[in-house]
Amino acid sequence: MEKLSLDIVTPHGTLFSGEVDEVAVAGAEGDFGVLPGHAPLIAIVRIGALITRADGQHGYFFVGGGYAEVISDKMIILAESAEKAEDINVERAMERKKRTEELLARKEGVDFTRAQAALERAIARIQIAKEFAHK
Amino acid sequence: MATLRDIKRRIKAVKNTSQITKAMKMVAAAKLRKAQGRMLELRPYSDKIYEVLGNLSTAGDSSAHPLLAKRERKAVEVLVLTSDRGLCGAFNSNILKAATAFINRLKQEGLEVNISAVGRKARDYYKRRDIPLRNSITGISGKLDYGHAKQIASDISENYIREIFDEVYLVYNEFKSVISQQVNIVKLLPFEPEKREELPSENPVSYIFEPSAAGLYTTLIPKAAEIRIFRALLESQTSEEASRMTAMENASKNAEEMIQRMTLVANKVRQATITRELMDIVGGVEALKK
Repeated sequence: MEKLSLDIVTPHGTLFSGEVDEVAVAGAEGDFGVLPGHAPLIAIVRIGALITRADGQHGYFFVGGGYAEVISDKMIILAESAEKAEDINVERAMERKKRTEELLARKEGVDFTRAQAALERAIARIQIAKEFAHK
Repeated sequence: MATLRDIKRRIKAVKNTSQITKAMKMVAAAKLRKAQGRMLELRPYSDKIYEVLGNLSTAGDSSAHPLLAKRERKAVEVLVLTSDRGLCGAFNSNILKAATAFINRLKQEGLEVNISAVGRKARDYYKRRDIPLRNSITGISGKLDYGHAKQIASDISENYIREIFDEVYLVYNEFKSVISQQVNIVKLLPFEPEKREELPSENPVSYIFEPSAAGLYTTLIPKAAEIRIFRALLESQTSEEASRMTAMENASKNAEEMIQRMTLVANKVRQATITRELMDIVGGVEALKK
């Protein structure tokens, strides 16, 4: 069967590079799945989970927003940040969530969009870690 | 002729210097490792974002984003990346020599050239020659982060869109290896990503854009510019530390050699003194015998 070659790269290095059968991504306009033979696509990826399937095995990742490109069975995820689900530091994410929530509650002198994004990332990390880390 | 005391004093001075150069070499080595790690981490991301842009440019049209717009070249911006501190061998002079040659060539073509300097060394170089700078950024080499690249990119993009200049070049040291750094001149704007070879370029790919081509361009293109600049900054910093390490290693070696040579002279002088003293004594004894 045809395979899809997937690269997940971040400014801090390549997180994943290999062949998979299917990828599910959180797109800016809704989640979507990519199978081999997909039409050329460029999409904005929002903060959320990325799930891969290769030979019946699933891989779970956190992606902190970015871009996805698919062309001729080659998929590139350009992520601002990304981690494997099992590598997520839940404690740190919890702490970040608390801090950004406090920051957002203050309403003044806060870079609102940045804090909001940080909060979203923290929540997504916690969720993904809870849901997938033990699978 | 130098006395024994003079020579010994010089040996001590050189020894002190060699201790400093050795310490500086160690510091540079540690910094080099850190900078090199960050640079190697960024390289795949930067390559991939250019790959995506390359595909986009074969699919989309160049009027989709102001940073893709090609205009007739009248004014050019040259961004020169140097270090803040010296004692790093030919690192800065190589860059500045290449930049000056490049700028002169542009001027000969009748273009107006703007120069922006990153690093104290470039700023001082142009200041000494009374060459006005459009912009100068200093004091970032120790604590380089993505914010600096963002700041530089937004300044350049803004002026590019305002048509202050029609082309932007980066002049920086590319890190090849610890012993080899190469001056690199690349065009930053307008974007001309290389086309991927495996794709038939005469047959543009029709992409599905999500949410829309315009929406993607507005975030992806500035991002690519930032990444390009960030990479150049990191390459330059890594090269600087590598260059400093090599320079300090050479200095330590030279000091070692100097000490050896001077020790030899010191020993000769000492022996000569002993011989002279012995001759005096023997002469005195001979005189007494008579």
